[in-house]
Amino acid sequence: MDYAAVIVLQVAYGIANLALIGLGLAIIFGMMRVINLAHGEFLMLGGYTVVVATNNGVNLWFAMLILAPVVVGLIGVVVERVLIRFLYGRMVDTLLATWGLSLFLIGLVTTIFGPTTTTTVSPPVGALKIGDFFTSGYELFLIAVTLALFALVYAVLKFTKLGLLARGTMQRADMAAALGVSTSTIYMITFGLGAAVAGLAGALLAPITGVVPTIGAAYIAKAFITVISGGAAILAGTASAAALLGFINQAITFITGPTVGEVALLVAAIVLLRLLPTGITGRFFRRGL
Amino acid sequence: MTMNRRTLLKSASAASLVLAAPGIVGRARANDTIKLAAILDQSGGLDLLGRPMLAATKMAVDEINAAGGLNGAEVELISYDPQTTIQFYTQFATQAAAGDRADVVHAGITSASREAIRPLLNRYQSLYFYNTLYEGGVCDMNNFCTGSTPAQTVEKLVPFAMERFGKKVYVVAADYNYGQITAQWVKKYVEDNGGETVDIEFFPLDVSNFGPSIQKIQAAKPDFVMSALVGAAHISFYRQYASAGLTTEIPLASTTFALGGEHLLVSPEAAEGMLLAYGYFEEIDTPANAEFVEKLRASSSEEIPYIGETTARSYEGVMLWAEAVKKAGTKDRMAVIDALRSPVSFDGPSGTMTIEPKTNHALQNVYIGEIKNQKIEIIEEFEAQPPADTLLVCDLDENPNQSTFYFENGLAAAGIE
Repeated sequence: MDYAAVIVLQVAYGIANLALIGLGLAIIFGMMRVINLAHGEFLMLGGYTVVVATNNGVNLWFAMLILAPVVVGLIGVVVERVLIRFLYGRMVDTLLATWGLSLFLIGLVTTIFGPTTTTTVSPPVGALKIGDFFTSGYELFLIAVTLALFALVYAVLKFTKLGLLARGTMQRADMAAALGVSTSTIYMITFGLGAAVAGLAGALLAPITGVVPTIGAAYIAKAFITVISGGAAILAGTASAAALLGFINQAITFITGPTVGEVALLVAAIVLLRLLPTGITGRFFRRGL
Repeated sequence: MTMNRRTLLKSASAASLVLAAPGIVGRARANDTIKLAAILDQSGGLDLLGRPMLAATKMAVDEINAAGGLNGAEVELISYDPQTTIQFYTQFATQAAAGDRADVVHAGITSASREAIRPLLNRYQSLYFYNTLYEGGVCDMNNFCTGSTPAQTVEKLVPFAMERFGKKVYVVAADYNYGQITAQWVKKYVEDNGGETVDIEFFPLDVSNFGPSIQKIQAAKPDFVMSALVGAAHISFYRQYASAGLTTEIPLASTTFALGGEHLLVSPEAAEGMLLAYGYFEEIDTPANAEFVEKLRASSSEEIPYIGETTARSYEGVMLWAEAVKKAGTKDRMAVIDALRSPVSFDGPSGTMTIEPKTNHALQNVYIGEIKNQKIEIIEEFEAQPPADTLLVCDLDENPNQSTFYFENGLAAAGIE
């Protein structure tokens, strides 16, 4: 019974992990159609923000929840102004440009901090005991934060003026511009928001995965698989794809082992995209956001 | 000026002679120096290990030159950065062997990189040193492997950990040949010592979520967990293990942790009490090692957080080669190989190392250490350990014309399927 409980928790965490990694990309790729290969590096920068801040005596909670998204969001704004804004509508070019950006960021961080970084931040939540089993309390916390983050992004996109303008601009930029919206500013803010969410995710994961300049490579493939499998509706899509793929990944990992578990995730994504080429939300939850 | 085919040919050949001249002059001068090529990753995922390895190689070359070189000739270090990419390894190894005509190549970190360049260096007849601990099994007249193998480290670590913690062992390992083969050796030594391996789990190198496995470990209730996890993503295992509060419940032993100073990268409680076995630890308490550590830190342009076996062995590998060149009195490849196998010894930071001529591996000291508050305390020392695993399958005295990698590395010879 207690074993079943920890397994359920692990599956929930696997789902939350995918959703958390993918959400920032869902905004930048799903909404803005920018193939952001530097997404993993945005997560990495979030992690570095936490490590550098806590090494300088900043409170861990503040560093993770406030500082990291702000810093990475600002970096995102700079990147958008300098690089991305020239490339809207040119998807393949964004792929090349952000790949270059990814290599640049890895190189830059390696130059500044070296190939390894001391990440002695421990998870700020202790272990939990369920029956005979210990489980990480921090993983529970991450599940809760992921839910809250989805709710927050939903609320911003659905109920604020900014969200309305952003959604409108992404659908028909020319029409939005004709109605007097400064689409350039909206693009900048949306990209910054996507980067901020990625930075927050990277910061939250830093205590349990650590940070090295190349850590982005571990996230990028899963983020893209989740977002593409999700389809056009960014929140419903990312959430449903994360739920499906995360469940398959964790369940198979429990039954067989991590190698087959990773394979199962990829096979599931391939089969899914063969059956539903436009992603889950191409057929289900089409009115979702 | 009119240009017909004949004048064009003339001028072209004259031009090429002029262009070639510095090359000819350069080659004539190059005879005075002995060339040592180092191909070690300075960027990409493996730079964690590769950068201090190159720093140690440089220091060894500098020391040799400061002492007057080898047989009166200066040693020239040529360094390439393969950027953690296998195709660069083959490219640079070809460049070093055919272009630079290097007299010896010290190269490779992963077994994959070694196997990419080993046949190539054989073909060009360039002497090759591989200074990384690995799963054992290379049997090649032209290739000297100075790192420790499982029979040297795992064989010592497993009984020690079983004595201390208990007989039920759970193995987690990286999913490529090092992890796969090492896990089998762990299993064999656990059985040899009357214990039981409850499960073996393999992880692809980019897995960073270990939650399900951590629960499976708890369900299996082992006495300790043996880890052969590799790489940056796998460090997450120790963090997540500690965040579930297990480090104190089910202790850890590892054949890979702390090699690149990982115990300094995680929080102290994540690694506390872990048992390790290597051919070298920075904490070895000898005057030779104290001098080595101090000089390496002083000579390196960048900070080296921890000096592990691969770093010390890169230094000792060059020194072993230098001893052989002195002994042979020439840099000629076959003469140096014969001298190495005669065999040569070197008293270095890890103690006395001697080439083992049947396998071209090394007799070396093996140490067991325990992590205590981010420092490694050496608790046992075994002198002049032979590479017993590779010895099961390899005898270069008997059959010198070999350049084989026994992939199963004597597992079958040791009675493991």
